[in-house]
Order: sequence, then structure tokens, then C-alpha cells
Amino acid sequence: MKILVPVKRVVDANIKVRVKADGTGVETQNVKMSMNPFCEIAVEEALRLKEAGKATEIIAVSCGPVQCQETIRTALAMGADRGVLVETDVPLEPLAIAKLLKAVAEKEQPGLILLGKQAIDNDCNQTGQMLSALLGWGQATFVSKLAVEADHVEATREVDGGLEVVKARLPAVVTVDLRLNEPRYASLPNIMKAKKKPIEIFKPEALGVDVTPRVIVLKVVEPAKRNAGVKVPDVATLVAKLRTEAKVI
Amino acid sequence: MSVPFINPRDVRFVLHELLGAEELALRPRFAAHDRETFDAAIEVAHDLARDLFLNHNRASDEREPRLVEGRVEIIPEVKAAIDAFSAAGFLAAHMDAEHGGQQMPWLVSVACMAHFQAANVGTIAYPFLTMAAANCLNAFGTPAQKARFMTPMLEGRYYGTMMLTEPQAGSSLSDIATRAELGEDGRYRLTGTKIFISGGDHEMAENIVHLVLARIAGAPAGAKGLSLFAVPRFLVDADGTLGPRNGVVLAGLIHKMGYRGTVSTIIKLGEAAECVGELVGPVHQGLACMFHMMNEARIGVGMGAIMLGYAGYLASLDYARNRSQGRLPQEKDPAKNQTPIIGHADIKRMLLAQKSYVEGAFALGLYCARLVDDKATAPEEQGRREAALLLDILTPIVKAWPSDWCLEANRLAIQIHGGYGYTRDFPVEQHYRDNRLNPIHEGTNGIQALDLLGRKVSMAHGEAFELLLREILVTAMTASLRASLSTLGVALAEAASDLRATTEALHAARDKGEVERFLANAAIYLEMAGHIAIAWMWLKQALLAEEEAADLGLSSSDRAFYAGKLAACRYFFAWELPKTRAQGELLRSLDTSCLLMEDAMF
Ligand SMILES: Cc1cc2nc3c(=O)[nH]c(=O)nc-3n(C[C@H](O)[C@H](O)[C@H](O)COP(=O)(O)OP(=O)(O)OC[C@H]3O[C@@H](n4cnc5c(N)ncnc54)[C@H](O)[C@@H]3O)c2cc1C
Repeated sequence: MKILVPVKRVVDANIKVRVKADGTGVETQNVKMSMNPFCEIAVEEALRLKEAGKATEIIAVSCGPVQCQETIRTALAMGADRGVLVETDVPLEPLAIAKLLKAVAEKEQPGLILLGKQAIDNDCNQTGQMLSALLGWGQATFVSKLAVEADHVEATREVDGGLEVVKARLPAVVTVDLRLNEPRYASLPNIMKAKKKPIEIFKPEALGVDVTPRVIVLKVVEPAKRNAGVKVPDVATLVAKLRTEAKVI
Repeated sequence: MSVPFINPRDVRFVLHELLGAEELALRPRFAAHDRETFDAAIEVAHDLARDLFLNHNRASDEREPRLVEGRVEIIPEVKAAIDAFSAAGFLAAHMDAEHGGQQMPWLVSVACMAHFQAANVGTIAYPFLTMAAANCLNAFGTPAQKARFMTPMLEGRYYGTMMLTEPQAGSSLSDIATRAELGEDGRYRLTGTKIFISGGDHEMAENIVHLVLARIAGAPAGAKGLSLFAVPRFLVDADGTLGPRNGVVLAGLIHKMGYRGTVSTIIKLGEAAECVGELVGPVHQGLACMFHMMNEARIGVGMGAIMLGYAGYLASLDYARNRSQGRLPQEKDPAKNQTPIIGHADIKRMLLAQKSYVEGAFALGLYCARLVDDKATAPEEQGRREAALLLDILTPIVKAWPSDWCLEANRLAIQIHGGYGYTRDFPVEQHYRDNRLNPIHEGTNGIQALDLLGRKVSMAHGEAFELLLREILVTAMTASLRASLSTLGVALAEAASDLRATTEALHAARDKGEVERFLANAAIYLEMAGHIAIAWMWLKQALLAEEEAADLGLSSSDRAFYAGKLAACRYFFAWELPKTRAQGELLRSLDTSCLLMEDAMF
């Protein structure tokens, strides 16, 4: 079974993002870019499935500008077998990415697509779900435990009330949550090996997908500064304030 | 969101723009590499350092290694970090492919190590010592010694140490008294006491291989009678299986001001049980073999000092941007908000001073690392020879200058934090304590100064010195032909000729037989040479930054980065380089103020 793992290039999670002076977006020039942490977890899970003999090949796919190759290389240095880049400079929305991934999936015929539950740049949490609908495959989202059997997956999902266990027939789309595993670091020997692993490049047009954005960003601003809190002398004052000022009780 | 501990933009600038790392990939030894593999390695180093080294830097300091029932106990994060470092392939990165290495250029390996040094100097010391010992065995060990000792070191199973110092033999290695007696089985039995041995005993590794300097019975006195021995904690059979415990035992721990994560030990050899050692390299050549490892260790010590300075600089920069206090002189309205302290001229002074010390030294440290590559792999014989000479003369400078001046940077970082800098709630006081070791170990700075003036400057009939001056003058001339930097170019050329005149004056005293006077003020000589070397590195950076800044398509952050380089260069030339004039004058006067002091007069 092949596993397809989409990986997204985002501003590194440890960077304080800054809004561009002209308000058109966040500053990404000279900012460390890394693989989206949830995608790292997806890659790690695919590697573990391969190591356990449940998968034969792992394909890392990324959509975006040519620099996304670095993100694919990171996946290859972690142990993925080959890469696919859908190259475009157009800013991509979740639906466009889902359509691109559908096209790649149709070419590659994977048994499983493992995605991060969301990307830390826009926090959309949509791509996996849209992809599942477009492909007409079953989906399991927010997965914190995954068992892959011959014809189905059994997935433990993190939901508000606790954990939910679902089964989905293969092929399936699974989006992963933080607690699924702890991703490994790339190693120097694997970085050297990754150099020899192929990355195929397509343009969206070649896949027959229109990626034109449908949402216009008007303005990006910093969140409002939080004001300092006040100290209250006792519980009675607190209750009074909550009742009369905050009006929450 | 953690405070940054290294500046990736500057790493890229020095590695690629200033030192052209990519060029190295054209050489056969590094053919499997390219910019992508270099950058990927740096990135892994960055992430590992941040996640697994920085995370316990404070904990290692607060819960230093201790003795529990005769065993050294070290917090578990240390071994976890070293295991991850090893699993990522860093221990063997620069080694030959046949030994499982990646044949990474030394330059890139040193740049990778810099991240770990900035994040946690106490933990990275164990791999650092292990890699140095492995290199020494690689150079001088027999094939059997390599297989039994070096290979498991490169796999992260065995750790290494270097054992030189004894209570009566610190700076004076020629007074080493540990004895080695050749047994009938062809192996040596060692007896003696070693002190200050970093990583000398603990339970983190399957085995520890000590590289020990000792004197074979009957050998001549002095440094020429010392030989090098591999002394494992557990004996190792021919097939690599571990045998019984060797008689190299812990006699006590040393409690230090800083660098607490690295266990410091007193070790007894052959006291209760016999201590078996194997000769490494030729008889009586021990010091030369050890110096093979010491020279790279000295660049490593310099880099450690630089990275602690760098981490402190970045921490104080972050603090200065976020701490508001007071108002600017022109603001008279007390109702106005306080200003972030980075707005105060005096804070900017302390930031710029730090920037000029740490970034100047960082460039010099990596320049020396590149010389290590050129010495081995430059295409022409002359290139290899010149690199070796430059490296020889720069080694005492790159060890000593940063360990004084990047420590000064740490002092300024504390000052910027005000009272908070003096508390253990901020990292800068630990940076200072950790960095305070660097002028002391691997040869004190006093010894480095004697090495520079007494040996390196006149080695190979002064060729290394002339070569260094030539390189400095090439940069000075280039700058002097460019209107915007010409005054700096002229200033550097003048300082270099000052250094030559000073050296000649000192040599004249030596040639008259005034050896004591010649060497008396060596420390000032080293500082003068160091300041000139750093000014040279700054001018190289400024030349480049100016060219890059001419690109109109530059992003605003790149533009600020290059402007910052130019400003720091101008600062160093205005505030620091002029000090060398007074130093030169003092040195040429062969001043005897210190030399003539008598004990009773103090
Ligand atoms: C934390 C730590 C870790 C260490 N790790 C190791 C290790 O792993 N292995 C190891 O073998 N050693 C190690 N050392 C020992 C270290 O290398 C020595 O401390 C150092 O070489 C100085 O020796 P000393 O302490 O005996 O000082 P001394 O040699 O007594 O020096 C005292 C002072 O006298 C000056 N001085 C000495 N001789 C001269 C001279 N001829 N001319 C002018 N001035 C002179 C020195 O510069 C110094 O200022 C470590 C030390 C420390 C503190």
C-alpha cells in the first residue's frame, strides 16, 4: 500500500509572526520556514506504518512555490521515499489544495492519505475533509491513535467530550492530531540519501485544476493588545464585578 | 516562544556569503554535498539544539552532577540530548565515509556545533570531547584501536575524554608525573592522579575511553618524554566485548562556578587496581599527538566562548526591546509612556559593543574552520600550506580573544538586564558564569599569548606572520579603493603595519638576549593582534554587506541586516581598533612596570 502525505511549508512554530507594515499579510521574508508540525506527525505516522510492514511506499506531496521542495526534502530526510511538488505562486486556499491533492491521488492511487488536521499558518482545518468529499473516500479526523488493517483503519479521534473510535474502509483520508506520535528529526545520513530521491513537479494546469483564489484578503492586523487585569481584594468583590460589570453571571 | 539563541540569518551570511561554503562541494572529498545538504544539516542542528539542548540548560546548572553512592548522577535530559545528537549523525558528520561519516566539511560541522554550544555548552561538552578523542585515534591509532575504541565512539556508545592536567602540572605539561610501565604482555600499567578531567566518570556511556598523557619509565624529563595512552574505563577485548573494570577510578568531583552540566572529576590511575593503557602513536610523541586534538579543541573553545557571547547578546536584545523604562532626554512629559530601553543611547552602546564582539568573532571562528578544510583539501599544494600556516598563527587568537571579549559581551548583557540580569530568572548570569571558564582551560589565555608571541609569530621564519599580514592588507587595500570604506581600509593597513613594527621591536629585544622583557607583555600583544584580526573580519563583512545592500530588490529585513553589519564595522573601527595604537606603543617601549615588580612590593 502506498501512503500519500501532504506536507505544508509554514512559518516556523517558534517564530513570533509579525504583520507586514502594509497590512497585506504576515512577514515571511527572512523568516525561518518549516514543515507544519501536524504534517510532521503525519509523516512520522506513515514512516511507522512502513516500518511495521503495513505500507510499501511513502510519497510526500506539497503545493505551493518552488521553495516547498525544501519541505518535501525534509520529509524525504525523515524517510519518505519520493516527492511530488505542485508548483504555483498563487496563494492557495484549502479547496484548491484539496483539488490538487485529489488529482495527485488519482495518479498515485494511494491506499491511505495522511494529513495534518490543520496548518498553523491559517488554522483552516478544512483540506482533509474537502479532499475526502472530493474523492468520495471515508475520513477520520483529529486522530490520536491509528490502527491500519487489511481493508480498513480503526482511528481514535479527539472530540470535545473525550475519545471516539471510528472505522473507515480503505482507501481513506486520515487527519492527525498532536498526540498521535512524536516526530523524529532528520539525520545527516538520511539528508544525504534524500538528495538522491526524486521529486516530480507538476503545474496546477497540467493537473487540470483551477486554483484561482475565491477569497480576497482586505487587511491583516495584529491582534489587539490585552490590557492588564485588575486585582480584587476578595471573592465577594469578584462576584459583584462579574455580575455588574462583566455581566456573565 | 523561546528567546532566540542564534541568528540564522548571520549563520547564512558567514557560511555562504562570506566564506563560500558551496565552493567546498566542488572538491572531491565533499562531492556528495551541495548547499542544500549544508543547509539541511544546519537546520537539523538548530531544531535539535532548541528542542533537546536549550530545554535543560538551566536544569543542568541548578542540578549539577553529584555523587550518589560512588556513582555520578546526571539529570536524564543530558543523555537524551546526546543520544539524539548521535542518532542524527553529528558525531561522525565530518568523518570518512568508510568510518560511517558523511564527509561534511569541517566548516559546516563547526557551524552545526555552534548551535549546540549556544544552546547548552555543558551538555555538548561530552560529544565535543568524544569527537576530539575520536579524531586523535583516527590520526594516530592502530587499526585495532580504531575498531575497538573509535568506532563505538562515533556510534555514540563510548565517550572520550582528554587527561592531561595533574595537580602539579596545569599550564606546565612538561611536569606531568603519571608513570607508565611496560608489562610483559606488551601493555602498559599507569599510575598517577589527574585533576579537572571533564566527563571523567559517569554512567551515561557503555564505556569511557580516556586519552592520557603519561611518562614511560625511563623516559627523558620534560615535554619530550610524554607519551599518549588510551585508557578505557572497562577493558575491551580484541573482538570488542567489554571486559572487567579498569583501574581508572573517580576520586572526587569538582564544584564549579559555571559549566556545571559537564562533570569535572579527579581521577586516580592504578591506585587500588591496576590501570591498563595502550600506547597511541609513537613513544615520547604524546604531546604532539595530543596537540593534534588540542588545536581543534582550541578553535572549539573559541567557538564556545563566541556562542555564549552570541546567546547573551540575543537575550539582551530581546530584553531591551521588551523592557520599558524611563523616557528619552527630550521627553519632559511624565504622563507619556515609558520608552523601551532599546531607545536609550547607552543601551544601544552596549548592544552594539556586543554585536561587534560576537559577530566579529563568529566570522573569525568560522574562517578558521574553513582553514581546517583548506589545509586538507585545497586543490593546490600552496593553498594547503598557506592554510596550515594561517591556522597555526590564528589558533591562539581564536581561542583567547573571544574568551576575553565575548565574556565582556556577557557582562554587558547582564548590565542591559539591570537587576533582573543579576537574578537566576534570566539566562544571562549563567552565560557569564559558563563563559568564565574559557579564558582558563585548553591552555590559559596567558599561555596562548606566550604561544603566539614566543612561537607562532616566528615559526617557519616568520612566514605565518607575514601571510597573516598579507591577507589583512589585501582586505585593507580593497576597502581603501572604495570611497565609502577607504578610511577604514587605511586604518586597518596602519594597524597592521603597527603590528609589524611592534613585532620587530620585540624581536630586537629577544635577539639582544632580553627574553624576559620580550615576553613580559605578551598578553597585550595577543589582544592587539586579536583586535586587528577582528577588525579585518569586520572589514571583510562590511565590503560584502555594502555590495549586497546595493541590490534594490532587497527585503526590508535584509536591508536592515546589511546596514547593521556596516554599522557594527564602523563601531569597531571607531571604538576598538584605536586601542591597538596605545597597545603597540606600550609594547614597543618594552615596558617593565609589571616585570620589575618584586613579590614584597605588592
Ligand atoms: C572546568 C575545567 C575543565 C577542565 N577540563 C580539563 C580536561 O578535560 N582535561 C584536562 O586535562 N584538563 C582540564 N582542565 C584543566 C585546565 O586545562 C587547566 O586548569 C589549565 O591548563 C590551567 O592549569 P592550572 O589550573 O593548574 O593553572 P596554573 O597552571 O597553576 O595557572 C595559574 C595562573 O598562572 C599562569 N601561568 C602558569 N604558567 C605560566 C607561565 N609559564 N607563564 C605565565 N603565566 C603562567 C596561568 O596563565 C594562570 O593565570 C579543566 C579545567 C577546568 C577549570
